[in-house]
Amino acid sequence: MAYARDLTSIRRLIASHKRWDLIFAVCGVLALMVGLLTFTALFVDMAIDGVPRLTWEFFTNFPSRRAGQAGILSAWVGSCLVMLVTAFVAVPLGVGAGLYLEEYAPKNWVTDIIEINITNLAGVPSIVYGLLALGLFVYQFGFGQSILSAGLTLALLILPVVIVATREAIRSIPIGIREGAYALGATQWQVCKDHIIPYSSAGILTGIIIGMARAIGETAPIITIGALTFIAFLPPSPVTSEPPYLNFEWLTSPFTVMPIQMFNWTSRPEAAFLQNAAAAGFVLVLMTLAMNGFAIWLRYRLRKNLKW
Amino acid sequence: MSAVAPGASSTMSPQAPSTRLAQRRARIIKERAIEAVLFLAALVSVFTTVGIVYILVKESFVFFQQVSIVDFLTDTQWTPLFDDQHFGIMVLLSGTLTSSVVALAIAIPLGTIIAIYLSEFAPFKVREIAKPFLELLGGVPTIVYGFFALLFVTPILQWFYPELPGFNLLAAGIVMGIMIIPYVSSISEDAMRAVPMNLREGSYAMGATRFQTATKVVVPAAFSGIASAYILGISRAVGETMILAVAAGMQPNLTFNPLEPAATITAYIVQVALGDLPHGSVGYQTIFAAGLTLMLFTLACNVAGHMLRKHFREAY
Repeated sequence: MAYARDLTSIRRLIASHKRWDLIFAVCGVLALMVGLLTFTALFVDMAIDGVPRLTWEFFTNFPSRRAGQAGILSAWVGSCLVMLVTAFVAVPLGVGAGLYLEEYAPKNWVTDIIEINITNLAGVPSIVYGLLALGLFVYQFGFGQSILSAGLTLALLILPVVIVATREAIRSIPIGIREGAYALGATQWQVCKDHIIPYSSAGILTGIIIGMARAIGETAPIITIGALTFIAFLPPSPVTSEPPYLNFEWLTSPFTVMPIQMFNWTSRPEAAFLQNAAAAGFVLVLMTLAMNGFAIWLRYRLRKNLKW
Repeated sequence: MSAVAPGASSTMSPQAPSTRLAQRRARIIKERAIEAVLFLAALVSVFTTVGIVYILVKESFVFFQQVSIVDFLTDTQWTPLFDDQHFGIMVLLSGTLTSSVVALAIAIPLGTIIAIYLSEFAPFKVREIAKPFLELLGGVPTIVYGFFALLFVTPILQWFYPELPGFNLLAAGIVMGIMIIPYVSSISEDAMRAVPMNLREGSYAMGATRFQTATKVVVPAAFSGIASAYILGISRAVGETMILAVAAGMQPNLTFNPLEPAATITAYIVQVALGDLPHGSVGYQTIFAAGLTLMLFTLACNVAGHMLRKHFREAY
């Protein structure tokens, strides 16, 4: 007891150390509040400016030179079609890659390269994917500035998200399930098809939704491939009334998407267009919030109910 | 023979061995084919990286045949779209660096404090609510953040500092920092929670307070994970595009003053892509040279992070 000679000074020392606990806890709450307040401010700001513009016409009108008549029809249809392509490409590739890496991949340098690659790709700025798409899809492959190019770009962008989610979901399945199936003579693909994929499907779905929520808000890569900002027509309909009922012309059509429409309105000086931007932003935030919220809820349910 | 496999019923009745062998061979071929398809799916990520490097290097190579690397690195003007062309990447880099420094000055302290708080201090309930909420914050599209920086944060800053121009790096950087907080905090928190409980227990047994345990035991033990969170934050800040394109202006400006407007590498790429430059012109190739610079910068960050992690890795 060289430092604290009597009881009161020890108590004082402890109290002063405990005070730091309290100060830090307050700091932590404040730091969380910064995030919370920003989010509230952002949401309320968008709502105040944008909600008055959210009429039925806003969703059914094309963009216009007159702010009051402008709408997001071509933007949300474009977003939906691009997402369709993205999901169609990213889901099979992502799930397939995840399945391969968890169930099939031998421990060798090829697997190592693939794994390091996926980690690094997750850190590549999204605009670099746009440059890849501009050089490769738009010019090298000649897809042009089309829905197909945009969908493929976003698919590559969210591929790491889907792969990582798939792998985590598969990894949580106990080895006993696989051993049981193999013991009954199932082949590797039968194990995957009948056991691994069904049991990990909720986890995979969470990853897909989070990836899609990210893709729907991505602006930079789509601007980079040269999507037009003023589109006053719809792409050809994917479904037709005559056989074969499916039409793929829309894949090569020029397009715009929600975030680009919003960017276009944001970069105009007139206040009326800024209101349109706020309204489009509000729709966009609601969409991504709903998707992310659903994914979080799904994961929460999964954790609660999953007992092997 | 398998009870689940196709052709299982055939095993019930005696069968010529040749048919069984043929079935077996067909199944092996099918299994191999599926494995090959899945392997190709996994290879797509490698092709993506190869594609990125190939496109960036190819187009930049053409660019550097017309513009010398020395000019590219030392010129103090960036005017590729004017008649008097100058290609000084420093101009764009200064914007990128300044905005990133502002963003990281916000994201790293706040993200770390939140991570320590959630991992070491917060009651279970707070953590259960705060984590999904932070995840939602990270899911907001960046274009929305850009709008918010331009039309909400900038006016507030102008209230404190009236001379602030409408486009500035400060507002963009602040909002970018808040956007990056969730990335930093969630990875740091995961790293801290992975620190074994008995280290904390040892610290408490020695009479340390929570704060002392957090800062002197948990944070050093989790440092390699926290470092990767910082690295990810840096690459996010450097590669962020829309917030800067919307709120920081697109005027190339060699400055390290966050109160000024300036273009970043990413904002420049957006600006060029918005106009219609003919494919193959020097202006078109500049965006690939700019992209290559960006890519090398993030690569350098990742390599540095990898080395940091190796150096500070603690094994339990």
